[in-house]
Amino acid sequence: MSIPGHARFRQRAGDAGAMLLGLVLLIWTLLPIYNMLLVAVQQKEDVFSTNIWPPAPTLESFNAVIHETFWLLANFWGQMGNSFFIGVAVALLTLTIGTLTSFTISRLRIRLGWLLTNAALLTYVIPMSFLAIPFYGIMRSYGLADNPWSVIAAEVTFATPYAIFIFQQYSASIPHELDEAARIDGASPPQIYFRIYLPLMAPALVAIGTYALLLAWNEYLYAFLLLSADNTITVPVALGKFLNSDEAPWNYLMAAAITYALPPLAIYYMFRRYMSSGLTMGGVKG
Amino acid sequence: MALSTTMDAATNVRPARRKVWRGGLLGRDYLWALAFVTPYIAVFLAFVIYPVAYGLWLGSDPASYRALFADPVYPETVVNTLVFLAIGVNLKLFLALMLSGFFMRNGWWVKALLLVYILPWAVPGIPTFISIHWMLNGQWGLINNTIWSLFQTDGPPWLDQSTLAMGSVIYGYIWKWMPFWTVIFLAGRMAIPRELYEAADVDGATGIGRFLHITFPLMANLYLVCTLLSTIWTLGDFNSVHFISGGGPAQSTHVLATLGIRDAFELGDPRMGMAAVISALPLLIPLVVLLMRKLSKGEVQL
Repeated sequence: MSIPGHARFRQRAGDAGAMLLGLVLLIWTLLPIYNMLLVAVQQKEDVFSTNIWPPAPTLESFNAVIHETFWLLANFWGQMGNSFFIGVAVALLTLTIGTLTSFTISRLRIRLGWLLTNAALLTYVIPMSFLAIPFYGIMRSYGLADNPWSVIAAEVTFATPYAIFIFQQYSASIPHELDEAARIDGASPPQIYFRIYLPLMAPALVAIGTYALLLAWNEYLYAFLLLSADNTITVPVALGKFLNSDEAPWNYLMAAAITYALPPLAIYYMFRRYMSSGLTMGGVKG
Repeated sequence: MALSTTMDAATNVRPARRKVWRGGLLGRDYLWALAFVTPYIAVFLAFVIYPVAYGLWLGSDPASYRALFADPVYPETVVNTLVFLAIGVNLKLFLALMLSGFFMRNGWWVKALLLVYILPWAVPGIPTFISIHWMLNGQWGLINNTIWSLFQTDGPPWLDQSTLAMGSVIYGYIWKWMPFWTVIFLAGRMAIPRELYEAADVDGATGIGRFLHITFPLMANLYLVCTLLSTIWTLGDFNSVHFISGGGPAQSTHVLATLGIRDAFELGDPRMGMAAVISALPLLIPLVVLLMRKLSKGEVQL
């Protein structure tokens, strides 16, 4: 009798400990996010106070962001548009280049495929920031300074290697007999690519498309170096400028930051199931 | 004669078909394959090989290394980089490994907590780093306000003292990236067959015994690859340092990634900036070689 009682006690103690740990994790996780909300819903003067909760919450700062009524926010929606354009372009190009390459390596099985795989692996392990200085010089010499395509080029370069890995891993589950049967029926490589390969790769395409979109949306350094005009920069660059201005209204800054963080958050939780298991490596670089 | 030609045809057909599927494409297929890989090869040459070569050329001038080593900020930056890697990466991964065990527990609230717990990973980095920067403000930040309202005493000047500022950067970095690695380790733990644990339970293994004799041996390889990968990425981490401490106070919390950018763009000396980046290569290259060998063996899938 005493042993089950003892076991039950241990079980209870374990549950209580787990709950306590859960509470600690909850506070740990939410603290910086709570801080964003706290600052965003206060008046400018109230931010410089010892408040730990908002005395008179107001959505005035979100109003300023939405209607662009503050000078540092004058181009906010244009900048959201820039972020969106760059994100979509990076996603589409990464998907196109990634699928074409992995299709050729794993389905057409070219002899030098291993070389391409290793090139991708090598790119994957170069820290993105280490190439920023020469990349900036090269883009200026190409006359692409302050042009979104220079940022797109950089981000596609660093998103494609991971795309190639995932596509190769995923396409290993598509039986080669399908290609072979299509071949015997006289299908050409582009027909196999469009009619067999791409449709069967759909889950991997969603995962990598999301990965590339978020990578581009979140990327700061290259956008900061390569873009400068108020109407070409992306939102993170604008937030950085905001931070460095002498007169930084923190409530506006945080309201803009929250607005910018919402779309990726929605995408993230929407496509979460595609990003699970083997596809979890996404979204880490940068 | 007729017989031999059919025989020839038959023997010819098989190797030909096999050839199509074992590499060695013919004619039009070969051209298609070439056309399909051209975009990637072009991207690789134009945006990887060319910048790497140009960067090495920029960093080939011994004078820029003399200027770099003469910079009083440089030695401190090297120490910061090593501290950031040693503490940041290892503490983060160790905590992630432990917490992945916690998230294996059953119960609806653990699943719900996991959804909240991955928020730092799902939210873009810049807004949260800016938030942490303000949260740690010595005068009006949330942390010191909380300390004040609980204990009526002033909290430490988190970002105005170099050790505390470096600690703040590491805190922000761990906060941002720990959830991601926890999910990786969680997937690793889920791949371990349950029967192993059931067998261990029959043998009377305790929680620590289960971890030491089953979980860790089976995850050691994954853990090692994650450590290598995370060290490489952290070496290139610009955002945590740039937005939380900004390299300050008095340039005392720079790491090589931020120092390179500072030298190249704030001081306007790209050669010196590139020298700072290249001075990280003696650390980066062995890590990359080790990682490539681990990955190409296919022991661990990304």
